[in-house]
Amino acid sequence: MSNIIDKIFANSTKFIAFGILLLVAWIFTVLFEHSLESIEAFGFNFITEDKWAPNLEKFGALPAIYGSVISTFLAMVLAVPLAIGVAIFLSEIAHAKLKAPVGVSIELLAAIPSVIYGMWGLFYFVPIVRDIFGGIGISMLTAGIVLSIMILPFMAAVTRDAMNTTPDILKESAYALGGTKWDVVKDIIIPYAKAGIIGSFILALGRAIGETMAVTFVMGNVHKISTDLTQPATSIPVTLANEFAEADSGLYYSSLFELSLLLLVISFTIISIAKFYFLRRKRIGQ
Amino acid sequence: MTHTQKRIIINNIVMALSTLSAVIGISFLIWILSVLVINGIDALSMTIFANEGAPPGNEDGGLKHALIGQLILVTYATLFGVPLGVLAGTYLSEYGQKAKLAETIRDVSDIMMSAPSIVIGAFVYAIVVAPTGHFSGWAGSIALTIIMLPIVLRTTDDMLQLVPSTLREAAFALGAPKYKVITQVVYRGAKAGILTGILLAVARVAGETAPLLFTSFNDNFLNTDMSQPMASLTVTMYNYATSPYEDWQKLGWAAAFILSMFILTLNIIGRLFLLKRKGK
Repeated sequence: MSNIIDKIFANSTKFIAFGILLLVAWIFTVLFEHSLESIEAFGFNFITEDKWAPNLEKFGALPAIYGSVISTFLAMVLAVPLAIGVAIFLSEIAHAKLKAPVGVSIELLAAIPSVIYGMWGLFYFVPIVRDIFGGIGISMLTAGIVLSIMILPFMAAVTRDAMNTTPDILKESAYALGGTKWDVVKDIIIPYAKAGIIGSFILALGRAIGETMAVTFVMGNVHKISTDLTQPATSIPVTLANEFAEADSGLYYSSLFELSLLLLVISFTIISIAKFYFLRRKRIGQ
Repeated sequence: MTHTQKRIIINNIVMALSTLSAVIGISFLIWILSVLVINGIDALSMTIFANEGAPPGNEDGGLKHALIGQLILVTYATLFGVPLGVLAGTYLSEYGQKAKLAETIRDVSDIMMSAPSIVIGAFVYAIVVAPTGHFSGWAGSIALTIIMLPIVLRTTDDMLQLVPSTLREAAFALGAPKYKVITQVVYRGAKAGILTGILLAVARVAGETAPLLFTSFNDNFLNTDMSQPMASLTVTMYNYATSPYEDWQKLGWAAAFILSMFILTLNIIGRLFLLKRKGK
C-alpha cells in the first residue's frame, strides 16, 4: 500500500516540476502563435520600421526598442557606479554596527514594488526634470533616472553579496601587508569576485529592461525616435502597458504580442548570460 | 610625495566617493519612503476602508473595493502557487537532486524569476481573457500564480536541501517509506525556511501591477465574482495616480502606503523567521 502512495507522491512531484518547463515552452508558443499575423504582415521590417500608427494599421517596433535600449542604458550608467560605491561602503567601510541596518534597509527597499517608484517619479521627479532640463518633464531622461533609482537597491545588494564571497583570509593578508582599503578592494576583492559582480550587473540589466511600472508613469508612450532625451518616448513594456487593453484589431494585438515575445527573448538572453556565464562558477565553488 | 602617501590619498578619495554614493543612494531612498509615509498618512482615514470607489470630486471615495479585490487575487494565487511550488521544489531536492532534469528546471525557474512580468500578463491574456471574451479575476490570479511558482519552487528546493541527510537516514532506518520521510521529517525540519519563502513570494506578487493591467483589469466598485474584472490596489493606484483629479491622486497615495506597509511587514516577518532559525 505505502509502496503505491510512494510512487504516486514521487511521480506527482516530478510531474509538477516538469510542468514548469512545459509552462515556459507554452508561454513561448502562445506568444509566437499570436505574433504570427504581425510576423506575416511585416516580417523583419517590424523591428526596423519606425512608424507605429494603429489607425493606419502600421506597426514598427523601432521606437519602442530604441526607448528600451536607451532608458536601460541610462539607468545602468547612473546606477552602476552608485551600486559599486554602496557595495564597497557596505563591505569595507561601514562600521559593523552600521553594516546590518544599512544593508537590511537596502534589501527592504529592493522589495518595494516598482509601481511606487513610478508614482514617486511622476509626482516628485518629473517637476525637477522639467525645471532643470526643460520640456514637459515626462521624458526618456526621467525614465532612465527613475529606473536607475529603482534598480539601485537590488544591484547594490547583489554586488555586496558578490563582494562578500571574498574569503576574509585573503583580505586580511592584504591588510597585513600594509594595503589600504582601496588596495584591498581593487587588488583582492574585485579580481576575486569579478565574475559575480559583472553577473549581478547583467542580472540587474535584465530586470531593468523588462521593468514596466517604474517607467510607464514617466515616459509618455510617444512612438517617436528622438535624440533629445528630454522628449517623451516609449519602450517595449511601456507600449504594452498603455495599449494592450485598448487594442482594437487583430493586427494591433498581434503586433503587441510580437513586442511581448521580443521582450521575453531579450530578457531571457540577458538573464541567461548572467546566470550561465558569470554566476555559474559561484555555484561550483560553493 | 612618496609612494605611500600617494596610495593613502587615493585611498581616501575612493573611500570618500564610496561613502558619498552610499549617502546619495540612501538619501534617494529615504526621500521616496518619506514621501510615501507623509502622503500616505495624510490620505488615510476610516472612509478609505469603509467606502468603495466614487467619481472624482466626490469626497467620500474609498479603497474598499481595491483592498478586497487585491486580497482575493493574492489569496487565490497563493492557494494555487504554494502547493504546486512546494511539490515541485520537493522533487528537485528529494528526488531529482543533481540529475540533469532537476538542474534544468532550476535554471529555467531562476530565469523565470527575473523575466518581465508584463509578458506573463500578455500570455494570460492570450490563454484566458481572449477565449472567455472578458477580463476576469481568474486571469489576474493565474498571472500572479505563474509569477509566484518559480519563487516558491526555488526557496523550497534550497530550504529542503539544508535539512541534514542524517535526519532522513534515521527515518529510513525506522522503515518509513520515502513519502513519509519527506512529509513528516524533512518538511518539519524545513518549516521555517519554507514559510519564509512563501511570505516573500506573497510579498512579491502583492506588488505586481503590470501582469494585472490586462488580466484582472480594474473595477471602481466592489466585486467578489472572480469571473468578472476585479480591482486591485496596484492597478487602482496606477489609474488614480495618473488621473488629473486631486482626490483620486490622494487615494492613490493611500493605496501606495497601505501596499508598501503590507509588503514591508511580510518581508520583516520573513527575516525574523530566518533569524530565529539561525539562532537555534
